[in-house]
Amino acid sequence: MNFKLKDLGPQLITVIVVVLIFGFFTYNAQINMENRGIDFGYGFLSQESSFDVQFSLIEYDGSHSYFRAYLVGLLNTILVSVIGIIIATILGVIVGVARLSPNYLINKFAAYYVEFFRNIPLLLQIFFWYFAALRALPLPQDAEAIFGVFFLTIKGLYVPAFIWENFNIFFYSIVAAIIAIVVIRIHAKKLQESQGKQLPVFFISIGLIFILPLLSFLVGGVNLSFEIPKLKQLAATSYVYDGGLSLPPELIALTLSLSLYTATFIAECVRAGIQGVGKGQKEAAASIGLTPNQVLKLVIMPQALRIIIPPTTNQYLNLTKNSSLAAAIAYPDLVLVFAGTALMQTGKAIEIVSITMFTYLSLSISISILMNWYNKRIAIQEK
Amino acid sequence: MFKYLKQLTSLVAMVAVLFTFTTESMAAKKSKTLKNTQKKGFVRCGVSQGLPGFSNADAAGNWTGVDVDVCRAVAAAVLGDANKVKFTPLSAKERFTALTSGEIDILSRNTTWTLSRDADIGLTFVGVNFYDGQGFMVRKSSGITSVNQFKNGISACTNIGTTTELNMRDFFNSKGISYEPVAFEKADEVVAAYDSGRCDTYTTDKSGLAAQRTKMSNPDEHIVLPETISKEPLGPVVRQGDSVWEDIVRWSLNAMIEAEEYGITSANADSMKTSENPAIKRLVGAEGELGAAFGLDNEWSLRIIKQVGNYGESYKRNIADTGILPDRGPNQLWTKGGILYVPPAR
Repeated sequence: MNFKLKDLGPQLITVIVVVLIFGFFTYNAQINMENRGIDFGYGFLSQESSFDVQFSLIEYDGSHSYFRAYLVGLLNTILVSVIGIIIATILGVIVGVARLSPNYLINKFAAYYVEFFRNIPLLLQIFFWYFAALRALPLPQDAEAIFGVFFLTIKGLYVPAFIWENFNIFFYSIVAAIIAIVVIRIHAKKLQESQGKQLPVFFISIGLIFILPLLSFLVGGVNLSFEIPKLKQLAATSYVYDGGLSLPPELIALTLSLSLYTATFIAECVRAGIQGVGKGQKEAAASIGLTPNQVLKLVIMPQALRIIIPPTTNQYLNLTKNSSLAAAIAYPDLVLVFAGTALMQTGKAIEIVSITMFTYLSLSISISILMNWYNKRIAIQEK
Repeated sequence: MFKYLKQLTSLVAMVAVLFTFTTESMAAKKSKTLKNTQKKGFVRCGVSQGLPGFSNADAAGNWTGVDVDVCRAVAAAVLGDANKVKFTPLSAKERFTALTSGEIDILSRNTTWTLSRDADIGLTFVGVNFYDGQGFMVRKSSGITSVNQFKNGISACTNIGTTTELNMRDFFNSKGISYEPVAFEKADEVVAAYDSGRCDTYTTDKSGLAAQRTKMSNPDEHIVLPETISKEPLGPVVRQGDSVWEDIVRWSLNAMIEAEEYGITSANADSMKTSENPAIKRLVGAEGELGAAFGLDNEWSLRIIKQVGNYGESYKRNIADTGILPDRGPNQLWTKGGILYVPPAR
């Protein structure tokens, strides 16, 4: 009993202190807001927002609710984070490996890239890509077509839109291909364990992922056509592209700066990971007759990943949080749409800032959980 | 980095709401804000981050503009010196939080008086110091001379957190035109984006358009379209719940306008003490006990007129002579065809 009390005591005190602090803040805020005549409540979320947003993944205009506006901002934040994380990871791995290259030119180029981009404040880089780099782009009427269908202009990147017929059949063919690949992989693994045979799984997979969707076009009645953006005149000197898909320059500038910046940190994680694997591992693997590819895939990478993943998780979190700098260049992310316009129109500062903080917290925790799960999966299985 | 600072200010303001203890004084009769202001020795005034003609700081950090003059008038009335003002530049987004959290005592920042702002968020509008309306700016070379020439797909640059965003939607919806809103947090970025060709038009209050046009790389290449799509009565705002302070700010503004009506200027104010007209004598403190009503001496309005000038002087100095809007338009006295009409000071 005495032993338990000694254990529980500090924890109990911590809980009481935390509850008291929160209670104090809530009480104080309540009193202060009452004195200043500010109402508290989340009822505004269902009211009509009456403002439009430049770029949205879901259907939205001012006749929708503030909650819908919140979703628009959230999805835009997720969009830029996901694209940013993918590009930063690919670029980071390439640059990280390049930094270990024996080729002097590649090695130095990668080193200079890392030192340059990670030592300039991100906000400056965002301003640079938006105001300096993207602003140098031509007006819509002066733009040269890239491959005849892409148009990169000061008003954004215009790409052809896909127009599908029987899209569901195409979609099922992809699902079927993925299932087939999984089955073959399991079978190949069994075959190798029981008979030592190796199937060319990689080539079979590539084949499947191309052939099945192709069949859906040939016999499944799937049809794909493109809608190419067309130049449209608004006034004597003012043009815009009509039709097709348009990516706003704000999204391009933000993705570019976030990826270029975060990739430098990921590159350093990758370099550290690879260098962290003992030289003897590589030599031992080579001496038992593994090919260089197998050495990398079966010996070096599994060990390097264990070093790379945890710090890279931090970089993913940073990128997601840094995306809130979007407000500086009019990309309608969560901070601009919700903690900006919606906050201003409603005046519900405490409610909106608390929702925004909670949302970023949830986003970050989700990424953490996902990466921790992955980290556990690749960790050494203690037996 | 400046961006972070701004966000920090609004955060601090919010945290201030969470932290400050409230001390309910027994002498609630006397204005708490007035007492604090007299104790501190300066008026805390929230202004814009730089809008020529309204509130703009020069290289030496001296603020000028018609919005600035309202705060100077209050300082002259309350503290006896129009220069005892501490100006806090605020973005559209953070202005109301700064006021309700007690960081500033007057918000004089080209702010539109609307029902929801007045009723909802703990604010009180005390009057109108500039009658404005939202308009559009386009490039001259576009050949557009009227909003009726706007076509589907037009992109419009503007600020977030303003009535502009809402009016813009109402306008384009009523015309049935699809548009691309590009909304920035700071006015300088809106101007930079529009100037570079990102947007076909730039929309905000007409006075703002006229002022920002002077910041463009080549002002003559742009025109403001004649149409006005909204009513934007701009005026000073105070916190709800301090009616004495509210009255002081309201009547400081009214005194400037009424002084113009009676022809009292900073130059002739002293000599007006001997005027035959009792309304003039009251305004220069030679008759009646007007100041006592809100705990000030009787020369409060005389100091405003002598140190800041009447409304007409302020307009001429800040807006007309700087070439922003030489024509006073609706901001002319009611006796001269405008709509400036204030209740009598008596």
